Amino acid sequence: MYEILEKEVLAPTITKLKVKAPMIAEKTKPGNFIILRVDEKGERIPLTVADYDRETGVISIIFQEVGYSTKLLGKMDKGDQIQDIVGPLGHHIDLEGYEKVVLLGGGSGTALLYPKVRGFYEQGAEVISITGARTKNLIILEEELEKYSDRLFIATDDGSYGHHGYVTDILKDLMEKEDDIDLVVAIGPVPMMKAVADMTKEYGIKTIVSLNTIMVDGTGMCGACRVTVGGERKFTCVDGPAFDAHQVDFEELMNRLNFYQNEEDLVHDTAVEEDK
Amino acid sequence: MALQKKKTPMKEQAPEERIKNFNEVPFGYSDDEAVVEAERCLQCKHQPCVEGCPVHVPIPQFIQAVIDGDVEEAGQILKSKNNLPAVCGRVCPQEEQCENVCVMGIKNEPVAIGRLERYVADYNMERGSDKSSAAELEKMKVPELEGRKAAVIGAGPAGLTAAADLAKYGLDVTIFEALHETGGVLRYGIPEFRLPKKIVDQEVEAIKELGVDIQLNVVVGKSITVDELFAKGYESVFIGVGAGLPRFLNIPGENLNGVYSANEFLTRVNLMKAFKYPEYKTPVVVGDKVAVVGAGNVAMDAARTAKRLGAEDVYIVYRRAEEQMPARSEEIHHAQEEGIEFKLLNNPVAIHGEDGRVARMECQQMKLGEKDDSGRRRPIPIEGSNWMLDLDTVIIAIGQNPNPLLTSNTKDLKTKSWGGIEVNDDQQTSREGVYAGGDVVTGAATVIKAMGAGKTAAENIKNYLLEKSKK
Ligand SMILES: Cc1cc2nc3c(=O)[nH]c(=O)nc-3n(C[C@H](O)[C@H](O)[C@H](O)COP(=O)(O)OP(=O)(O)OC[C@H]3O[C@@H](n4cnc5c(N)ncnc54)[C@H](O)[C@@H]3O)c2cc1C
Ligand code: SF4
Ligand code: FES
Repeated sequence: MYEILEKEVLAPTITKLKVKAPMIAEKTKPGNFIILRVDEKGERIPLTVADYDRETGVISIIFQEVGYSTKLLGKMDKGDQIQDIVGPLGHHIDLEGYEKVVLLGGGSGTALLYPKVRGFYEQGAEVISITGARTKNLIILEEELEKYSDRLFIATDDGSYGHHGYVTDILKDLMEKEDDIDLVVAIGPVPMMKAVADMTKEYGIKTIVSLNTIMVDGTGMCGACRVTVGGERKFTCVDGPAFDAHQVDFEELMNRLNFYQNEEDLVHDTAVEEDK
Repeated sequence: MALQKKKTPMKEQAPEERIKNFNEVPFGYSDDEAVVEAERCLQCKHQPCVEGCPVHVPIPQFIQAVIDGDVEEAGQILKSKNNLPAVCGRVCPQEEQCENVCVMGIKNEPVAIGRLERYVADYNMERGSDKSSAAELEKMKVPELEGRKAAVIGAGPAGLTAAADLAKYGLDVTIFEALHETGGVLRYGIPEFRLPKKIVDQEVEAIKELGVDIQLNVVVGKSITVDELFAKGYESVFIGVGAGLPRFLNIPGENLNGVYSANEFLTRVNLMKAFKYPEYKTPVVVGDKVAVVGAGNVAMDAARTAKRLGAEDVYIVYRRAEEQMPARSEEIHHAQEEGIEFKLLNNPVAIHGEDGRVARMECQQMKLGEKDDSGRRRPIPIEGSNWMLDLDTVIIAIGQNPNPLLTSNTKDLKTKSWGGIEVNDDQQTSREGVYAGGDVVTGAATVIKAMGAGKTAAENIKNYLLEKSKK
């Protein structure tokens, strides 16, 4: 059992939890994720470790309530216990060797982006962060990003905050004006990552995306997380979660992410029934 | 008394009933049936069955105890060599081992050693007399080892067996297990209807009672490394992480929705209890038409599971012939009874989809040619014989390799080209103090072989630690 020490609602449906998990905190690096199970009957869901403190043995996770399990997790409070957490899983991101990095986060993807922003910044790279969301109150972690970025840009679809439009507009602008960007990192909904990949390919800039596939074990045992990268089958949980954006088969990824949509609805309906 | 030529039958659920539930298929022997069967044993002096058993259970002795009505004693005899008799009585391929060499089997059916083992194990488990006796425990204790720390990685049959023996020697044993449950394949692979999970629970409980500490949710190689275990004061490490990496066919369409590795499919159903969905929150989708590719135990388990989840038509698609199917004969027989259709000498060449989901599988017919290296006649494709099988789901069950997650994160640990860990006869690896056994050494094999390796390793770890403290 893993105790929730703090809960913070960052935006409607986006929540941050601080959880006691010393063994995980000790080993996590930016890019690693964990798998957790809310309770005895829960599914195993992967979540990026947003922050970690080796001294206190505390990790932070940030998640958007999208399906049944994340909604359930969102209902948990300080003092509650999470059934299982395992990690750190996946490869961490190699932070070394870059001088100027642009990092883009879309929606709750920004939560996944944040540890990388901080990582690159602490490594000494020039960090440009771009975060976007549908509307102003869905923009998260602004303060934190500000702290660890040399420049921070914000975009909202409805223009209620920052640039009126998409994060990719800002990226395009930057790439036009500055020719010394040596890495782009994009994390967010698949269409956004695909758009970024298509754009940076034109400019020949190395680009990394972090994939949020369906997972079960997270240790390379089931293959549920398989993706095609550069024509080869990869397991996101052990070979990723970060991959070269220009090699990823995004169409296939999008298709696989939708597989359990009907079942997700069913679980949700049952839960609504149970709530009544 | 006239010689009974055939095994005493074991009652079981009728096929048309059992495909609607996940309850165990055979019911086990009654006391009377067990004695009748035990009396078929000839009590051979040279005991070929004992040689045939990978862990050398004193078979005629435990059978004699059943005849004498001392089932508790029979249980202690079993336990002296086999830590998990209730499991082995259910899933061991006795027909290739003890029963294969049984003298009764020359002219008649062999003694039903497996069924008797199961009977004895269940009898004692129900009565709580399945623990090793205090005298036995006292005998195994090694005072010099008292309180010294030993680590075991993986809570499958290999790890559990090693841990139990190490604890009996007096060591302070910790098992590190990656998943949120113990048992390894016994939990996530072999289905409830073949091995009820409460049996695995009870076996694990017994091991805990020996003082073994089990830490779940620890992926060694990620959460902690082998070197860090030594740094934390563990003097030896046993690696029993199994062969968990699923193989795929590498044909077009394998990443369509509706294509599962057998590992994923069985893990969803067994470990995550998707058969109780939506009460348990992990879904599994089977549809009406399911093909399982492969013909081993894993394939039979997947096919029979799909049937129980409501699939109408379930096929086994296998590129070789009937006599080459690697599954236990009992499981093939059970599958046939349950209406699984066998499409033998058929090789899948592509999976075709519609809207991103499986729609049909293209198969090519095969015929048997010359013998290959393994002594089996090689299947050769018949040109122009391709045909389509309409499907909703494809489950790939063509084997597993060792998962490189641990080995690739452990320095100086020698592995073979296919990923298996290299060990000597003592189950020792290329690193001092590090031992390994089970599927991670042999590739996917059997429960009893994994247990045997765990036992051998435990004994050699004991010797190693004694030697070490003398220095
Ligand atoms: C579906 C199926 C049916 C089978 N049917 C039969 C049968 O009828 N009869 C028979 O004899 N055999 C059968 N087998 C084979 C048998 O189950 C295996 O040979 C046996 O379980 C191997 O035992 P093991 O302890 O080596 O590995 P496993 O049982 O695979 O256990 C390994 C354990 O290690 C854990 N682990 C892996 N990596 C790590 C890590 N890095 N850190 C910590 N823990 C880790 C795993 O989670 C797992 O719990 C079957 C196998 C399958 C898949
Ligand atoms: S070989 Fe068969 S008949 Fe002979 S002792 Fe063993 S079980 Fe009994
Ligand atoms: S989640 Fe099972 S292999 Fe990646």
